[in-house]
Amino acid sequence: MENSMYRSKAFKAYSTGFVLSLISTLIAWSVVNAHVTNGHHRYSHLFINVLVLSLAILQLVVQLIFFLHLGREKKPRWNLQALLAAVGIIIILVIGSIWIMNNLNYSMMNMVPSQEDRPF
Amino acid sequence: MLSIFSAAEVPGTDRMVLLFGQLMVVGAGPLIGLALIYFKKVGWLWKNWLTSVDHKKIGIMYLVVAGVMLLRGLADTVLLRFQQATSSGASHGIVSSDHFQQIFTAHGTMMIFFVAMGLVFGIINLIVPLQIGSRDVAFPLLNNLSFWMYAAGAILINLSLVFGGEFAATGWLAYPPLSELQFSPGVGVDYWIWSIQIAGIGTLLSGINFITTILTKRAPGMTMMKMPVFVWSVLAAMSLVAAAFPILTVTLVLLTLDRTIGTHFFTTTGGGNAMMYVNLIWAWGHPEVYILILPAFGIYSEIVATFSRKRLFGYVSMVYAITAIAGLSFVVWLHHFFTMGAGANVNSFFGIMTMVIAIPTGLKVFNWLFTMYRGRINFASPMIWFIGFVITFSIGGAAGVMLGVPPIDFQLHNTLFLVAHFHTMIVGGALFGYFAGIAYWFPKVFGFKLDEKLGKLAAYLWIAGFICAFTPLYILGLMGATRRLDHYDASLGWQGLFIVAGVGLLVIFAGVGVQLLMFYKSIRNRKKNIDKTGDPWNGRTLEWATSSPAPAYNFAVIPTVSDRDEFYRVKQLKLSLPKRKFTAIEMPNNSPFGIFMAGWALMFAFSVIWHFPPTIILALLGVVATFLVRSFNDTTTYLISAAEVEAIENKRVGALL
Amino acid sequence: MTKFSLAHKEIDKETATSLLGFWVYMMTDCILFASLFAVFIVLKNNTAGGRNGAELFSLPFVLMQTLILLTSSFTSGLAMLAAQRSKIKDTFIWLGATGVLGASFLALEINEFYKLDHSGSSWRTSGFLSSYFTLVGTHGLHITVGLLWLGGILVYMYKKGLNETSVKRLTMFSIFWHFLDVVWIFIFSVVYLLGIN
Repeated sequence: MENSMYRSKAFKAYSTGFVLSLISTLIAWSVVNAHVTNGHHRYSHLFINVLVLSLAILQLVVQLIFFLHLGREKKPRWNLQALLAAVGIIIILVIGSIWIMNNLNYSMMNMVPSQEDRPF
Repeated sequence: MLSIFSAAEVPGTDRMVLLFGQLMVVGAGPLIGLALIYFKKVGWLWKNWLTSVDHKKIGIMYLVVAGVMLLRGLADTVLLRFQQATSSGASHGIVSSDHFQQIFTAHGTMMIFFVAMGLVFGIINLIVPLQIGSRDVAFPLLNNLSFWMYAAGAILINLSLVFGGEFAATGWLAYPPLSELQFSPGVGVDYWIWSIQIAGIGTLLSGINFITTILTKRAPGMTMMKMPVFVWSVLAAMSLVAAAFPILTVTLVLLTLDRTIGTHFFTTTGGGNAMMYVNLIWAWGHPEVYILILPAFGIYSEIVATFSRKRLFGYVSMVYAITAIAGLSFVVWLHHFFTMGAGANVNSFFGIMTMVIAIPTGLKVFNWLFTMYRGRINFASPMIWFIGFVITFSIGGAAGVMLGVPPIDFQLHNTLFLVAHFHTMIVGGALFGYFAGIAYWFPKVFGFKLDEKLGKLAAYLWIAGFICAFTPLYILGLMGATRRLDHYDASLGWQGLFIVAGVGLLVIFAGVGVQLLMFYKSIRNRKKNIDKTGDPWNGRTLEWATSSPAPAYNFAVIPTVSDRDEFYRVKQLKLSLPKRKFTAIEMPNNSPFGIFMAGWALMFAFSVIWHFPPTIILALLGVVATFLVRSFNDTTTYLISAAEVEAIENKRVGALL
Repeated sequence: MTKFSLAHKEIDKETATSLLGFWVYMMTDCILFASLFAVFIVLKNNTAGGRNGAELFSLPFVLMQTLILLTSSFTSGLAMLAAQRSKIKDTFIWLGATGVLGASFLALEINEFYKLDHSGSSWRTSGFLSSYFTLVGTHGLHITVGLLWLGGILVYMYKKGLNETSVKRLTMFSIFWHFLDVVWIFIFSVVYLLGIN
């Protein structure tokens, strides 16, 4: 192991994570910026939603691996298991709530214009 | 600001009831304080109990508070049952409508958050570290803090009687818009919010504590699949705590923001959506009821195996069932609001998942019965509670599956059928389990057995009383009686059934009286019933390998485990006691950290309720200061020397020989 | 004796227990944010006649905030590296950078909230704005607590050096700080990028 920490494998890992996160952020931002400055007509809504969310998830994974060292622990991998459980619960909670609340809105009469339910 | 009586006109009997409650609360504190001072026990109490970070002491404190809150909750129950038995036709019972709303709200809130949760955390604190062969939980200081947060919540909910004289009148879950400022302008809802918010934070920290404890502090050789089933049930319940309580925290904060700074989360105007509250509160609420029941299931597993003198049937399937129940409990929550207007696809999904969750539950019941089959059964009082559970829980569970079918639920939602179902689950299922656990583990904690005759009598009275109190409610629900009624038409012909229910409550009360007598008698006769061996029931798991009560460090030498029911295995081998070499043991110091933090939390809450900013800021500064003091304290442990350990252990062995 | 390895270094059992406990706490914090996200998504179209995201959010400003926080997450990682190599001076430098960047992020956010409130778009205006302020504000509160915590750690390290306790607390802080950036990824994406749509 060399003297300087700035030449270590760990430093390269952090830097890689930083650069990848930077790229992911800039791509997502640029696409949305281009779309907005073109009067919201450049891309379809579906494309924007999928791209932005995918990049977010990608950046999440990058940071989990390069900043939080997930996957590097020895067995038993409690950290990883706890994280997967939390992700599962978050997905159920968020998607479940969206599904339920949208469904309720559908059954209600639209009395207040600002509460019009629009497709997500 | 500090009004002893509520601002609105309080009818005569309401005033009497309120006054009685205030006297109880105001009287109890100072009375106990004076007694402590007179008997010069304040220092002793502070040093040996209140600042203790020992899981065994903390467990006992939880049970004491839970017991007191049970008596408070039962007082409310008497009022409710009496009102419903008498308030028919021309008679309007003894309390006003508004007061009745507050009573059933307080009843539910106290029973769930301060009785059931208190019993759960009391028992798991006492037993889990011993069962896994550990010295204490992973974070003893945090454990103490959790207890004091729970106690602070209990204090706050009782303070509502004295300062303000009103509580939430919204039902125990305080749905908006009723719980919003517009329709509940007083302090009642705020007391409700903060007492469970503070207690909830304590619970969340405990959940984290026990998950870490079970994952990292097991004795060497105790793999996950060699843990006692009780420990598995606790791990599952604590995982649910960690997953669900953040949702409760958020939902309560959002309601608080609506009530204090004018946000529009759940309001009727400004783009609020009250149904989102119902959605979130039940996303927490359903896992919560599984948090209450899973440890009880674990206790039954221990008890049935021990008292059938037989290994638990189907260990692996029990573990899978617990895990399945915990996982499934996260995808059923909509069944609490089938009637809120979701479409058929949403209702069907959650209906089906609700029915699915009954399957692993049923599997567990069969496994217990198979354990009993061909066993040599000792019908001690814990087993009586278990039998009472099997009878009541099976019926109540079947009622639950019925309610899980949306078309049926459309008829039965919010009727007394529902009320009977969930009381069967919580009383017949959870409470009976915790009573059984207390009877079972009492000798381990205190060193002497409880009076068995009175224990059995109490169980019989509770079981008979429960059946008598709730069977009428199932029938009334099917007849169309709604819940939370403070008065009904005489022509409905319901009064007879309500009276029967009231009689059932009186039988339960007799059971409680017998329990109190049992504690009194057992303590008086304790020298006659000393548990000398530490193993009064011929137990199977590691907690029975210590003395009763266990020494501060639990195990002088951490055992090495090679199988399930390790203690039983070792007993069968009839090994002689080897000459053990003792080493010094490092133990954590007592600390007032928890009391201070909970005190600041109580000050913060009280200040927000009464809109007094100076003490809000003081409380926040207090929290930071307490943290800093603790952070810079580097001597947080003390050493028990090897000689001291040897002396303690020799004393115990000497008593055995 | 179970040993737990984190980033190439062996850690003693007590520290490992603390780190697992902190990680589990972090998971509960993620679920807390998930609840706030769920509320935001459900209420994001409830503008009650007030302004919506497209009218309120500035893309360049949000990018600046994001880059600042991302960099601070990177510097906190470097501080960890230095601490593990017992290089106390470098640890102080990188922690200092983290603090300055974090404080800048917070200042920008507070300023933004102030401007919104004073231009008629406050948390009292609509369900959408209530949930916006609360979600982003809760993140800001976590940043604030993190900065206070960082201050405490710096003082402790100054007095006691890089002992076991310092490294343990520093590790927990860096986990916390990394996760705050993770949450921000989703705020950036869901609230701002998709909200501006």
